[in-house]
Amino acid sequence: MRIDCPFCGSRDRREFYYQGDAVALDRPAPDAGEAAWDDYVHLRDNPAGQTRELWHHEGGCSAWLVVTRNTVSHEISDVALATSAKGGQA
Amino acid sequence: MRFSGWRVLREGLSGNKGWGPHWRDPEPQAEYDAVIIGGGGHGLSTAYYLAKNHGMTNIAVLEKGYLGGGNVGRNTTIVRANYFLQGNSEFYSHSLKLWEGMEQDLNYNAMHSQRGLINLFHSDGQRDAFARRGNAMINQGDDAVLLDREGVRKHLPYLDFDNVRFPIYGGLLHPRGGTARHDAVAWGYARGADQRGVDLIQQCEVTGIDIENGKVRGVQTTRGPIRAKKIGIVVAGRSGQVAAMAGMRLPIESHVLQAFVSEGVKPVIDHVVSFGMGHFYISQSDKGGLVFGGDLDFYASYAQRGNMPMMEHVMEAGMTLMPMIGKAKVLRSWGGIMDMTPDGSPIIDKTDTEGLFIDCGWCYGGFKAVPGSGYSLAHLMATGEHHAPAAKFRLDRFRTGRDLMDEEGTGAQHNLH
Repeated sequence: MRIDCPFCGSRDRREFYYQGDAVALDRPAPDAGEAAWDDYVHLRDNPAGQTRELWHHEGGCSAWLVVTRNTVSHEISDVALATSAKGGQA
Repeated sequence: MRFSGWRVLREGLSGNKGWGPHWRDPEPQAEYDAVIIGGGGHGLSTAYYLAKNHGMTNIAVLEKGYLGGGNVGRNTTIVRANYFLQGNSEFYSHSLKLWEGMEQDLNYNAMHSQRGLINLFHSDGQRDAFARRGNAMINQGDDAVLLDREGVRKHLPYLDFDNVRFPIYGGLLHPRGGTARHDAVAWGYARGADQRGVDLIQQCEVTGIDIENGKVRGVQTTRGPIRAKKIGIVVAGRSGQVAAMAGMRLPIESHVLQAFVSEGVKPVIDHVVSFGMGHFYISQSDKGGLVFGGDLDFYASYAQRGNMPMMEHVMEAGMTLMPMIGKAKVLRSWGGIMDMTPDGSPIIDKTDTEGLFIDCGWCYGGFKAVPGSGYSLAHLMATGEHHAPAAKFRLDRFRTGRDLMDEEGTGAQHNLH
């Protein structure tokens, strides 16, 4: 599995740290309540198919990436910077 | 049909023509008292104990493929009760006791071999941690022996004791740990359930779960609708998809775990050996193949195959620990779909839908739990009460943060176990 980093080009999977579902970008407000925080921290759609994930290019440019990947075929269809996926917020 | 030494001898002398199928192949009925979704180890043992312990025989197991074709047919067969935390500790202790009586109970040879399991340690800190774990195991009523370096050498003389990065300080021996013939466990429970009247229905995929007024009514399947008063979801890596049919999201992410088998060699490895620092563990099957594996690939996957980096890592760790295996050729490798929970511990619980139960989150350790999981889920489904050894496997522990069971002490977060 290789990931096409927007800064570094196509790099080996070993350079990247897998954080998990890109739900991590949608952090609820501190007072959003138990259900919202349970959703954010624990509950997952866990799809067999297309999924959006956060990967960190820790062995490269250190960018956080939103990777659109198929969990059945391991095919990667899109890689974007997490900052742009969040609308420019760091 | 009962198995016995006498029967094997008689069949051997008469061309083995007297053996019949081990279970029926029934058509699904329109309604059952209970339906188990998933004909793997856990689902089959649930059906068996529902019938045996609770007299529920008007039940069915629905399997989309063939019985025992999922993780129970593709794991590294380790059986142990060496957990540390309350909740896990009593559950696996109970499960191991069931293992010890299983073959007689099922009248089926599961080749359960209590050959001993040794977890190696490589520093003073790790020795302390394993001494503490061993004490927890003994407190639970199980067995543990702390071995020093020479003690390990007596059991495992072939290790590289002087490895500069991971010198062997000792190991924690769990004498009642071992291995079993994985398929036979599924087959034994299937046969036992079938003999008690349970319908085992293969090639029957559940496509929907019918819920009315908060109560479960039945399932839609590729072989027609089936009504049921109680339904248990026991589908391991596929838990997310099946739970979604009941409108649930689970605290589960499915990951791939790889395993490997070498060509058959003469007996060299008598125990199950784990090398936690290198993420490597190994045993030898009765056929002679070295059966070994390592850690997750660490990304969500349903592919049932992994990638090269983890393969390379496992081989490196094996060569670091026991260079003698270097010339054995790897015959095959595979991946299983692991239903990973945030704290690395399982779930056996009711759901918000009346009559709907879920048994999932076994992470990469479900095989040894096969008897205990079925026993405890059957108890919950039949009586409505949590079975004491599994009483802490609650679904809501993540929402409330109470009674999380994080054996590794890394935090209840998805990518950490």
